Amino acid sequence: MKNELAVAALERGTVIDHIPSSAVFKAVKILGLENTPHAVTIGCNLASAKLGNKGIIKVADMEFDDATINRIALIAPTAVINIIRDYHVVEKHPVALPDTIVGIVRCANPKCITNNEPMATKFDVVSREPNTVIRCRYCNHSVAGDQAKIL
Amino acid sequence: MNSNSLVSIADISKDEILDLLDRARYFEEHSNSKILDGRIVATLFFEPSTRTRLSFETAVNRLGGRIIGFSDPGTSSSVKGETLKDTIKMVSNYADLIVMRHHLEGAARYATEVTDIPIINAGDGANQHPSQTMLDLYSIYKTQGRLTDLTITLVGDLKYGRTVHSLLMAMKYFKPRFNFVAAKELAMPQEYKDFCDAEGIEYTETADFSPEVINTSDIIYMTRVQRERFTDPMEYERVKDLYTLHNAMLDNSKPNLRILHPLPRVNEIDTDVDDNPKAYYFEQAHNGLFARQAIITRALGINIR
Repeated sequence: MKNELAVAALERGTVIDHIPSSAVFKAVKILGLENTPHAVTIGCNLASAKLGNKGIIKVADMEFDDATINRIALIAPTAVINIIRDYHVVEKHPVALPDTIVGIVRCANPKCITNNEPMATKFDVVSREPNTVIRCRYCNHSVAGDQAKIL
Repeated sequence: MNSNSLVSIADISKDEILDLLDRARYFEEHSNSKILDGRIVATLFFEPSTRTRLSFETAVNRLGGRIIGFSDPGTSSSVKGETLKDTIKMVSNYADLIVMRHHLEGAARYATEVTDIPIINAGDGANQHPSQTMLDLYSIYKTQGRLTDLTITLVGDLKYGRTVHSLLMAMKYFKPRFNFVAAKELAMPQEYKDFCDAEGIEYTETADFSPEVINTSDIIYMTRVQRERFTDPMEYERVKDLYTLHNAMLDNSKPNLRILHPLPRVNEIDTDVDDNPKAYYFEQAHNGLFARQAIITRALGINIR
């Protein structure tokens, strides 16, 4: 871990580690990093003992509040957040899936009101183990977390 | 968000269901009480449904309330592209309560989020139709004298039939036994069988609408088997008559058995059943009036006794 962090050697900022490679760009989008003025380093298909193959996102000079960072939990449940200050990891914790997911997932039901009205989608997490299942607050359509379509 | 709204039967507790049944019983005896004097109820039918609308509007009229609204979306501003939110907010300025039907699923839930006046869901696509469930519960309660420990046989389209799904979920408080009778294409979805398992509800599942099933039932709830639900038209032709109830099939049924059907009926109940005292589907529709009076007065926070 130390070696990996040393590569970009952030002075301060956030490192999101252990993201499934396939979810890295979705995570970038969900966190709105396409439009940030800060330096962002994105790594994909890096060797990982835990995942075999992982992605990583480093954002300089930026820390996220929990509500923002937990927005990626659905697509990257294995992700670990490292907060860096003065070149040191001062905080490290896994992402936590919230009970309600707002404005991230598109409902797969074409007859759902959320696909026909300008409004935010809302999904409730109805199962966490063994697999994540989320259900649309409006039309009750359920979907597995890893099958969810990201807006 | 108004907590007296009724969007889904799953939102209300056992006590609230019992309160609604108590209210329905009261209105059966006092159907013409003028307790809505001065109240305005909006009936917004973004999707036409004459039967449901007439029932709600009669419920309001008999209680002395006034009605505004539309019965055909072609006459509302939604055809001009107005959002549901804007329509609901506009109508909220005029009415004390909104009864709405919409072809989109989740429309009523969303409506509760954009207004402070209560919303009653009169059907949102294939999703929820709680006033139908309340009239079913009231019909069962009235004909059996209780809701607990009954054997309820659900027949026909158990896959897409939202009425049977809602009834099943509402019955969880009352220790029912279910028989699910359907062709394999229209069998009860796994999620509802999982629900029964989780709630400790006994059920049997069969494709055979047999005398054993009929003769042990307290309630037989028939539903329409629609041709368009089948991918194979031959399969429809094969099964359609298997789930038709004829009078002779009731010869050895329990004396307290009643036959329910949400209507409209096509051919799943032969007309020779209509004169059997166990046929209850027309009275069931009549009970919808009292069930809706109960739901409306609860939504407006009116105590009746």
